[in-house]
Amino acid sequence: MSSTERKIKVLIAKPGLNGHDRGAKVVARALRDAGMEVIYTGLRQTPEQIVETAIQEDVDVVGLSILSGAHMTLLPRVVQLLREKGMDDVLVIAGGIIPTDDIPKLKEAGIAEVFGPGTPLKTIIEFIKKNVRRKG
Amino acid sequence: MVMFKGEFIDELKKKIEKWERECVQEEIKRHPERQEEFRTLSGIPVKRVYTPLDVQHLDYFRDLGLPGEYPFTRGIHTTMYRGRFWTMRQFAGYGTAEQTNQRFKYLLKEGETGLSMAFDFPTIIGLDSDHPMAVNEIGICGVAVDTLADMEIIFDGIPLDKVTTSMTINAPTPVLLSMYIAVGEKQGVPMHKLGGTVQNDALKEFIAQKSYVFPPEPAVKLVADVIEFCVKNVPKWNPISISGYHIREAGATAVQELAFTIADGIAYVEAMLERGIDVDEFAPRLSFFFASHNDFFEEIAKFRAARRMWARIMKERFGAKKPRSMWLRFHTQTSGVALTAQQPENNIIRVTIQALAAVLGGTQSLHTNSMDEAWALPSEKAVRIALRTQQIIAHESGVANVVDPLAGSYYVEWLTDKMEEEAMKYIDRIDSMGGMIEAVKKGFPQREIAESAYRFQKEVEEKKRIIVGVNEYVDEKEKLEIPLLRVDPEVVRVQLARLKKVKETRDNERVKRLLSELRKAAERNENVMPYVLNAVKAYATLGEIMGVLKEVYGEYQELIIF
Repeated sequence: MSSTERKIKVLIAKPGLNGHDRGAKVVARALRDAGMEVIYTGLRQTPEQIVETAIQEDVDVVGLSILSGAHMTLLPRVVQLLREKGMDDVLVIAGGIIPTDDIPKLKEAGIAEVFGPGTPLKTIIEFIKKNVRRKG
Repeated sequence: MVMFKGEFIDELKKKIEKWERECVQEEIKRHPERQEEFRTLSGIPVKRVYTPLDVQHLDYFRDLGLPGEYPFTRGIHTTMYRGRFWTMRQFAGYGTAEQTNQRFKYLLKEGETGLSMAFDFPTIIGLDSDHPMAVNEIGICGVAVDTLADMEIIFDGIPLDKVTTSMTINAPTPVLLSMYIAVGEKQGVPMHKLGGTVQNDALKEFIAQKSYVFPPEPAVKLVADVIEFCVKNVPKWNPISISGYHIREAGATAVQELAFTIADGIAYVEAMLERGIDVDEFAPRLSFFFASHNDFFEEIAKFRAARRMWARIMKERFGAKKPRSMWLRFHTQTSGVALTAQQPENNIIRVTIQALAAVLGGTQSLHTNSMDEAWALPSEKAVRIALRTQQIIAHESGVANVVDPLAGSYYVEWLTDKMEEEAMKYIDRIDSMGGMIEAVKKGFPQREIAESAYRFQKEVEEKKRIIVGVNEYVDEKEKLEIPLLRVDPEVVRVQLARLKKVKETRDNERVKRLLSELRKAAERNENVMPYVLNAVKAYATLGEIMGVLKEVYGEYQELIIF
């Protein structure tokens, strides 16, 4: 299949209003260095804007970085919108300041994995490689 | 006058050479050192030992002086903490105005000596709670403030002539400061008696914190409006807190934190001078804010270097004459990014080390982080431990009894000098770009910080840096056992209801007229402060006022750099 040649395409997005982008940028850079094609949305994105970009760029993975505490509303909304747009094959992962108690609920809502503070970059890269469903 | 010279230096040189050759080499052969090279947290290579040789160029009077004397390396005050401890100021605020009011009263009762307000994200970027992008974030990581009505509740029963308040607010500073002034007036406290600080540091928003609203030039114009207004009307207020904290937290090294913060300070001084205001009129009111990270000596050296650099810049570059204009007064917060989510109790120890560095570095006020902040807003118990950490340092450790006790340490003095030297190189580069506003537009500091953050993370991954509980001494079976604070969703309903009520009951014609006057003043490039104050008193909302200013000044579009 020629599709195996295609790089994994990742959208790193910052939903909500918080400006803490250190983690998002470090992860974006690490994924790029790992051979993926990475697009970073910049800050203050609504779930609608993130999904719009994901569709336009036809990404395989959406990585959501959030440290504001608003994850329980914003993250499930991104998954829901992706499904509504027929992009349910996109792997959605999250990172940031997210209490452990919230993680099962986020997974139920369709977030494949939540990477908290201290997660090695390698873990994120491997998770993506293992779980991504590449498009033809 | 240099402290070490002549024969002594010659003899020492010989002794060191002999010691290196005979003792060190022997020792290393038998017991190799842990690493081939040792570096500070910020990557400065450090030697095995420091001696008078490393500080022989230092001139005691020129480079150190006595406490309270130029260049203030040893502290801005003569007696420092022998006279009065630093202000213990814990950042707080969440949920509704009522909850924040209760938290403030609790902290004052527990012995805190100054208030420090955290706002929620919508407030920080100037949106009202009923804005579509705001609803998910009302009251979550700080208190929501839409109108004067909220501020009246927050400070209910707290006499503004008895406390000082620090407000972590930037782009919307004119609005929040005006609200505070208005609350004071209602309590019968005139603005010239109000004490406190607004962050009001627009440049670091582009560099690191990213809660920018306006483009760089108008953003700095508004910063200068606030400084000018305060210098003339609110003389005890610190109208700016030039902040390295966020720069550091975004990934900068200690040198970058120091350099970019001082370069921001230079840009503000220049903006004020352009208004024709004498440097000695406003410079004494400028204040600073730094982070304190884990590398104990590096942090102490950074604080000492910062004081010396600012004093020299103010005197030599800007011709300041008053000693107070040369003072670098600063607040310190222990490092948020140094907190680990793993084994959170360990953070108490990290915070202690960082707080101790801040005190030994001569801070004027201090916030100690709570152990649970890698997870959520701190619980009451965690906040109490954080405050007790400061109280133990103050009352039990003895470090506050002697001014600048680490001066004269060959290592600390060498490192202080090194920090200044490296930071000045950055400042020269920024000057050659045309100053910090231009550097920010080019993305220079943003890029430098992203590089440092990535490099640091790589070092952690490669175990070149050990973080206890994260990449070493990991507890696989760890279960989180700290109570987390949750913000009640009821906050949203309360906040939206109050905003709605204010909009219904205020004199809407008057608000409209005052907003239009504000617009005209902004268009004429006047100082907006008096107009914002009038609008606030008529219960114009934060979002309405910021909306007018956005229409006049435009909005910033971020450079995407990673």
